[in-house]
Amino acid sequence: MAVVQFSEEKLNKVKEIVARYPQGKQKSALIPVLHLAQEAFGGWLSAETMDYVASLLQLEPIEVYEVATFYSMFNLKPVGTYMFEVCQTGPCMVSGSDQIIEYIKSKLGIGVGETTPDGLFTLKTVECLGACGYAPMMQLGKHYREHLTPAKVDEIIAECRAKANAN
Amino acid sequence: MGRKLLLDKAHIEGIRYYDTYRSNGGYTAAEKALKTLGPDGVLDEVKKSGLRGRGGAGFPTGMKWSFIAKPEGVPRYLVCNADESEPGTFKDRYLMEHIPHLLIEGLLISSFALGANSCYIYIRGEYAWIPEILEQAIAEAKNKGWLGKNILGTGYDLEIYVQRGAGAYICGEETALIESLEGKRGNPRIKPPFPAVKGLWQCPTVVNNVETLAAVVPIINIGGDEYIKFGTGKSTGTKLISACGNINKPGVYEIEMNISVEEFIFSDEYCGGIKNNKRLKACIPGGSSVPVLPANLLLKTAKGETRMMTYESLADGGFATGSMLGSGGFIVMDEDQCIVRNTLTFARFYHHESCGQCSPCREGTGWMKKVLHNIEYGKGKMSDIDLLWDIQRKIEGNTICPLGDAAAWPVAAAIRHFRDEFEWHVLNPDESQKRNYGIAHYADPIPVPAGA
Repeated sequence: MAVVQFSEEKLNKVKEIVARYPQGKQKSALIPVLHLAQEAFGGWLSAETMDYVASLLQLEPIEVYEVATFYSMFNLKPVGTYMFEVCQTGPCMVSGSDQIIEYIKSKLGIGVGETTPDGLFTLKTVECLGACGYAPMMQLGKHYREHLTPAKVDEIIAECRAKANAN
Repeated sequence: MGRKLLLDKAHIEGIRYYDTYRSNGGYTAAEKALKTLGPDGVLDEVKKSGLRGRGGAGFPTGMKWSFIAKPEGVPRYLVCNADESEPGTFKDRYLMEHIPHLLIEGLLISSFALGANSCYIYIRGEYAWIPEILEQAIAEAKNKGWLGKNILGTGYDLEIYVQRGAGAYICGEETALIESLEGKRGNPRIKPPFPAVKGLWQCPTVVNNVETLAAVVPIINIGGDEYIKFGTGKSTGTKLISACGNINKPGVYEIEMNISVEEFIFSDEYCGGIKNNKRLKACIPGGSSVPVLPANLLLKTAKGETRMMTYESLADGGFATGSMLGSGGFIVMDEDQCIVRNTLTFARFYHHESCGQCSPCREGTGWMKKVLHNIEYGKGKMSDIDLLWDIQRKIEGNTICPLGDAAAWPVAAAIRHFRDEFEWHVLNPDESQKRNYGIAHYADPIPVPAGA
């Protein structure tokens, strides 16, 4: 297991975040720092990662666990390199998200919450992401993919595969 | 064309950047506020404008500001609620992505009026690309002397920070947002004390929605007296409406609050009518938590009057025959949509988003989801419909924060107006798996009740 340790650059970022709050209120930095940690350590938060964040911000580990388990964007187990987070709430549903989810399932051969055996793709259904006018949609990494159709899903999968092969 | 106050310059190329924003009249309101009006002058204009909170509740902004406590030596904070999460709502995203400086200018004026020297923009975590846009705008503004120390030589200091959430609808509730900003779970606090007295880090705090704070800019520019000439009655000014669902032109529209719902849905200036020439079945006019209305009650009130896009008109008839303007998340459903399935997605949403503090909400939202799931998938009983009604009634009003109400209202309204569709699902378990109920009588105008 790799040692959980931020790079110099990330440590500076943590300092910059902590400086946004009054003295002694560094707990406010917890969510932003958990985002940083999730990015840096494989897209999910292991107990070691959370303990590390606790030590950085001088918090008890439980203070980190209770926050990490509350927010849906924090992954508490490993996920695929590319996570398709498809919205399924009302406005997306009336615009065809059910069909898109079925299409992705059949295309990738996995169910919701599962990861492909090669570790490339995870399919997750999520609740409203605020893109209702551009439905159906999914979040892929930092960005949204909107106006999804089966053809567009094919393109996105191909794009991810190409990126993975290039790495 | 309707008059615009927020998006009037949205089409200008490069308006996202300081130079373009400034050369098109940007930061003149901030200059006027800081150099001429002073904090009390700004508060007066906002009070005169009749501006109401654009996040959903519609509470008068000037009044909210006037509640802020001012104990000696205690910092005050302004928090911008950019946790836009109400299904159907995506207007704040548009504003932040396209005209970030309008928000920054609004934050400057509002913080100045409140005497806050630090301001936090709490943005939902999923809008992961927007913080960079905002931080760039903040850096530009700071570089030009609109933020930082001694702004415009007035002695006033302000820093604005962007904080990302991490996926929790509940953090749009102001006290849950404050908890989250303090690095905790998003559990709403019991009020009182209100944030205006004990908010962020137990200091006096005002939490306002993105659109509300942006609207302060035109209010200062044209003055509160001019602002009330936009709109109707107590629905002053303009409102951003994010329109979605089965319409030809989904998107974000700025409307003057003096147009009819019919015009908004069917005119080419706005939604452009129902997609694929289908018929209008139902609409949720103000985000998923407000009551769904069938077409007949949407276009006209129970009294037979034209339904307008205003706080008052959309609420006309109370929950019996009306709805709410809410956040402006306008969800349109055509004749092919299933009300039961739609209600199920919302019940699932609220169950997923309940923070779990209050039993009626934590347990009740889960029960409603299960019962709706049974009805939708052909396993429902007639008594389930009454059971649903009973559960929602026991959630409403029995929780710390309004999430319980928000979960109860869509279920109540669906049963109130579309009970026959629920019954059809129960009576036709097989057929309901193959086709939707359709439009029934909802597109017909309802008879005017005697004596109305």
